Amino acid sequence: MSGGLDARLADALARLPDYLGGHVRVSMTALALGIALSIPLALVSIRRPAFRAIVLALSSVVQTIPGLALLALFYPLLLGLAALSAQAFGVSFSAFGFLPAVLALALYSLLPVLRNAVTGLTGIDPAINEAALGVGMTRRQALWMVELPLALPVVMAGIRTAAVWVIGTATLSTPIGQTSLGNYIFAGLQTQNWVFVLFGCVAAALLALAVDQLLALIERGLGTRRRGKIAAGMLGLVLIIVGALAPGWSAPRARYVVGAKTFAEQYILAALLEQRLGAAGLSATRREGLGSSVILDALAGNEVDVYVDYTGTIWANDLHRNDSKPRAEVTAEVARWLEEKRGITLLGDLGFENAYALAMSRKRAQSLGVRSIADLARVAPQLTIAGDYEFFSRPEWAAIRDAYGLSFRAQRTMQPEFMYPAAASGDVDVISAYTSEGRIAQYDLVVLEDSKHVIPPYDAVILIAPRNADDHALIDALRPLVGAIDVDLMRAANLRATGGAGDRSPDAVARWLAEQIGRRREKR
Amino acid sequence: MNPPMSPSPVISFERVSKVYDGARTLDNITLAVGAGEFLAIVGASGAGKSTLLRLINRLADPSEGVVRVEGEDVRTLDPIALRRRVGYVFQNIGLFPHMTVAENIAITPRLIGWDAGKRAARVDELIDLVRLDRARHRDRLPHQLSGGERQRVGVARALAARPRIVLMDEPFGALDPITRDALGRDVRGLHDRLGLTTVMITHDALEAVLLADRIVVMRAGKAIADGPPRALFAADADPYVRELMQTPRRQAERLHALIAGQGA
Repeated sequence: MSGGLDARLADALARLPDYLGGHVRVSMTALALGIALSIPLALVSIRRPAFRAIVLALSSVVQTIPGLALLALFYPLLLGLAALSAQAFGVSFSAFGFLPAVLALALYSLLPVLRNAVTGLTGIDPAINEAALGVGMTRRQALWMVELPLALPVVMAGIRTAAVWVIGTATLSTPIGQTSLGNYIFAGLQTQNWVFVLFGCVAAALLALAVDQLLALIERGLGTRRRGKIAAGMLGLVLIIVGALAPGWSAPRARYVVGAKTFAEQYILAALLEQRLGAAGLSATRREGLGSSVILDALAGNEVDVYVDYTGTIWANDLHRNDSKPRAEVTAEVARWLEEKRGITLLGDLGFENAYALAMSRKRAQSLGVRSIADLARVAPQLTIAGDYEFFSRPEWAAIRDAYGLSFRAQRTMQPEFMYPAAASGDVDVISAYTSEGRIAQYDLVVLEDSKHVIPPYDAVILIAPRNADDHALIDALRPLVGAIDVDLMRAANLRATGGAGDRSPDAVARWLAEQIGRRREKR
Repeated sequence: MNPPMSPSPVISFERVSKVYDGARTLDNITLAVGAGEFLAIVGASGAGKSTLLRLINRLADPSEGVVRVEGEDVRTLDPIALRRRVGYVFQNIGLFPHMTVAENIAITPRLIGWDAGKRAARVDELIDLVRLDRARHRDRLPHQLSGGERQRVGVARALAARPRIVLMDEPFGALDPITRDALGRDVRGLHDRLGLTTVMITHDALEAVLLADRIVVMRAGKAIADGPPRALFAADADPYVRELMQTPRRQAERLHALIAGQGA
């Protein structure tokens, strides 16, 4: 364990410059934008109570939207705007990563700064305001010489609150493609790497604490008119920003970006693709933890060069199909659609499926006499089913439910990692599982047969961005992976990553996987 | 009732009324303040004293009538420029809490655009004038001063840009009796020495009697008496004025009797 811990810590530390740099860049830009927006709003609203009420109410409403949802909402919004702008002005911009994250976080920082600025400015003793006019100040002079300096401590307190919120919430910008300290947390949760999860949380907390304390120093300096404190606080902030961003300026930019969604198999496959590219002398970097709906658009927009997706996902989400066809036909139709509609190349399938399935503990299935989903329909009203966050809203679930007439006693949504042990322990009876999942064997679960073939095939396929359609170096480097991984091998790799012994980082598992692929090829 | 006026008044009100939310705060006031005069306006709170003062430097404008400062209708003057040439001592002192004593005093000169050297020299001069200590007080913040010291700074600030007119709104209201008396006498001394025209509001008839050349008594927006202190003690005065002036007189008589050892 200690060797594994050291390795994981070293791995976490090696990623720190990248993740911290992204985090500081996005959170500081958002905070600056939030301040730049809220101070003028506060100034405009001090003498307009009706406007003030509206602005404060709106920013309160924004605050009630959960951070993750707000970030996720900005992605399609910007995607639409980018399309509109491309149509109207011929200028498009990237709706991926930095921009939506900055806008969402800036909006999030609005309320504390705005509310404190309004409180600070309206809370000034009327006698002081009258004195300011009485000594002969213009309205503008009164604002700059008296009102703003007096409101400043309260405004600074608001900025501190906003800074802590923004730095904390920025960890949620990972799924929309912004690298942040959240990458540790998302990757760690998916691969059960608690060192990563803790590392990400602690790093974000330390950053928030440091920024808060430096702002507090500036606030005290302003309050007591000590220029030294103000300068020290400013210097500290500049050092944090420069220190976090400098490694990014000097590091050579990788040529290719390999994308990964938010689960363990994706982290392994992204590492595998990156290693293959590296072996071919092509520099590559990874963007991990991307939302399922974000990543295909990112690929179409050339923000990501290559990643592995599943035919069934695109079949259902993008082709809006709810029927099922044989594997080869689905792959061919998906490939044609990707090529025509999005300019994406489907290089080929890896050789395994990661389909949705329903699974139960072997003991429970036997005692209930359930072998197939058709059997399950009989006993379902007494059973509880658990699914991952998207399962119950996916067309596959509707198709299964309707085809077999399933109706469960209760339906629960869970983090995928916790579903398997929950099924094994009997906390839930049936779970939505993935066919390439290593934990099916680990927890002694059985996959229920889909005798009516309702669930479409989910072949893992390598997708290549439009700009790389004719990039032979890239294609030649990746082509050997086509057909190279069968479902048993992928299950074994997934099990190593999530439950196995030894170094279970995605990189190590990917190296192991590459070794296995090589060995099998020699045997042939 | 009307004392002889100097030929050209420094401040004059001509049939001035002020209506706030339908209520007549000031009702047909006609009044002139001569050059070098120290005028006290006395009355209960709500009598319209503060409004009268605020009309002079255009912190408020009249609903009817004309207010003139040095002969000019104030409505034709730029209010900012007007305020910069009229010193104002505020009821609640109104020092800027984030500025030092020196910065507070130098504020109007700074707004007018005096250079730093000239401002610093003026600050030193005024600190001496209001009998504060340069070394001890110059760089203090208002909250580090006593109430009396603070109002001395308030007076210094009002005088900083060398105004010929000084307006004071209950300037000593929040001070203890000893400080109040000392500051009152100092202010009167400065008025004489600098040749100012001063209008002071107070609700304390005794203070008005002891400091002012002339007293205007206000009640419900009207000026019901106007004359030198001695004239207000006359037996034919308005009943309210008699009542008002009775109090300091009775106090003085009792005090006198007490000191003379006859008991009360």
